[in-house]
Amino acid sequence: MPSQPDAPELLRRLCEAHGISGREEAVRAILLEAIRDRVDACRIDSMGNLIAFKKGTGASRLRVLAAAHMDEVGLVITGAEDSGTLRFAKVGGIDDRVLPARMVLIGARRVPGVIGIKPVHLLERGERDRVPEARQLSIDVGASSRAEAERLAPRGETAMFASEFLTSAGESAGAGVVQAKALDDRVGCAILVGLLAERFEFDFVAAFTVQEEVGLRGARVAAWAEKPDAALVLECTGANEVPSKRDVSPSTRLGHGPALTVRDPSFVADPRLVEAFSRAGSESGIPYQVKQPTIGGTDAGSIHRVREGVPSLTIAVPARYIHSPVSMMDLSDFHHTAALAREGLTRLPGALGERGAGT
Amino acid sequence: METAALLKELAESPGPSGYEEGIRSVVRARCAPFAQEVRVDALGSCIAYLPANDPAAPAAARPSLMLTAHMDEIALMVTQVEKGFLRVTQVGGFDPRVLFGQPVIVHGTRPVPGLVVSVPPHFTDPSEREKPVPLEKLFVDLGLAPSEVESLVRVGDLVTLRPRYTELAGGYAACKSLDDRAGIASLLLCLQELSRRTREWDVYVVAMVQEEVGARGAVAAAFGVAPAAAVAVDATFGSQPGLSSFESMKMDGGPAIAQGPNFHPRLFDRLLESAKAIECPHQVEIMPAESGTDAWAIQVSRGGVPCSLVSIPVRFMHTPVETVCLRDVERTARLLAELAARLPREFADSLEVRDALATGRP
Repeated sequence: MPSQPDAPELLRRLCEAHGISGREEAVRAILLEAIRDRVDACRIDSMGNLIAFKKGTGASRLRVLAAAHMDEVGLVITGAEDSGTLRFAKVGGIDDRVLPARMVLIGARRVPGVIGIKPVHLLERGERDRVPEARQLSIDVGASSRAEAERLAPRGETAMFASEFLTSAGESAGAGVVQAKALDDRVGCAILVGLLAERFEFDFVAAFTVQEEVGLRGARVAAWAEKPDAALVLECTGANEVPSKRDVSPSTRLGHGPALTVRDPSFVADPRLVEAFSRAGSESGIPYQVKQPTIGGTDAGSIHRVREGVPSLTIAVPARYIHSPVSMMDLSDFHHTAALAREGLTRLPGALGERGAGT
Repeated sequence: METAALLKELAESPGPSGYEEGIRSVVRARCAPFAQEVRVDALGSCIAYLPANDPAAPAAARPSLMLTAHMDEIALMVTQVEKGFLRVTQVGGFDPRVLFGQPVIVHGTRPVPGLVVSVPPHFTDPSEREKPVPLEKLFVDLGLAPSEVESLVRVGDLVTLRPRYTELAGGYAACKSLDDRAGIASLLLCLQELSRRTREWDVYVVAMVQEEVGARGAVAAAFGVAPAAAVAVDATFGSQPGLSSFESMKMDGGPAIAQGPNFHPRLFDRLLESAKAIECPHQVEIMPAESGTDAWAIQVSRGGVPCSLVSIPVRFMHTPVETVCLRDVERTARLLAELAARLPREFADSLEVRDALATGRP
């Protein structure tokens, strides 16, 4: 089984890169460098999707797309106050409760700033019980005037959370735990880079997509252009195991392998693909789990509706606290997701027949 | 000592109230080159002694000035280990609203990185999302298997914010625990300057423990040192969005010299004169009653200690992103050094309140 020598070092670089939806260029640059020598062709489309092509052995006539999104949730600067503090808006879904008292890095120059909050000592009655909304908060970059603030962080600059990429080794088993921002979906990107080292029977298209977090937008045009017979979306999905009095069975669990999405609010997975990947897991001894079918939404939501439809499946690395400044995953899940993607894809021709959905 | 490097080292060191060993060893090492003697008292406060060096001053009956700042920081403590997640309580006062999602270090059998978490928004009712997460519903997640967590962490272990000292534009910096490591930094810079100047007074520079849980270190250290006068250095509320100019001090406006019943009027005047003498920007902070600082405890030590408070404006106090202007730290150091080096021996006598005697009443 070929290993992935460039993960997690590649993963670290990807997670630390700045790539708020619509401004994915830093992530794209890392990926382009990583895949250049292992693909037959690649291009960047008008929206910014990075699309790579790897010819098959010729044993299958299928054309298979695998997608992972490059963008992450974050903030955008909307203007500066006379005092020199910056106002901002959220890009993508972020819980307002995680914003106060955060460090951020603004723009490609990575200008550091902090999201302030009133000291606990000076709160007025009732304030303690309210969540400050994003529009009431501001970013302090140390500027003392509007002009200085605008120079450091012009309107429209995006800001990402200043989070460290941390690994802590488990002592018993397992490959360890990663804590980082943007695991959603830099894990998918890193796994997709690994898949490009393979040569499958079918022609293989890898799409590193833009703007997933603001409406699954990049994947739609990428899939339209590439006309795939089937699609696999590599994602990072939420895990919730925080103890709770009310029993909310976890959506997914850390350490239990990749999560297969059977359905979510954005799409219904093609049963043949679910079957092929489940079988790949069982027969190759790769653990996997089925995600609870109630929350989420991935690029598969766009891809499966392109042209006359594309049979699609999402498999995801489970991570806790996605869409917050720091999320957490088990490295074994990352490696198992990569392995399952490879095994499942290898079995695709048998599962789909010669011409995908049409036959 | 370079201010930014000093402040970074101090702010990034761990030192929850009552467990200050991490920061104390840093302070101790930083004091040693400039003090004649450094000792640690029974509660853990670090006391550096710099005797008077004016050859004209007789060794006996030299008055002493105590300069203090507190080295402890607010933190969390493990109360329960539940399915591999840690329940916590506060050591000092965070606003629980700033804890949700913050990276921390759990000081178990080894330091382990963790995250303060709660049930993610996708899994909570919309009404719950509009409310802050109370401390009872916050957990620390290490990401490790429950059995592993139990071998690493025990009830009572400390949890500190993961430090990340960040230089901002305009000579500002942000980190955890700048309250009151900014004060400690100014005292160390002051000690360095004082060691090169002549002094008629003995000077004690004290890094206090347990301020955040009720000025307990100050009670013991003030008794032990028994100074003729004392100046505490702490953090005060820096101007920021949402605070009026009446409840906050100007950032980059220099040290805030406090006025009120906690503080001796003549020492207050003397600080203003010192600031003017060296053209040090400064401001006056009115504190009508309890100052909420070590000065409140020091003032009533033994038979009473004439006290002052000099505060460094800090934005976003008691959060992981406390923000300070480095110039204010340096100005505070210069002001204290000027005060301590220029105190004449007679000044100690002038601190006694003689109003009643002066009116001639019995």
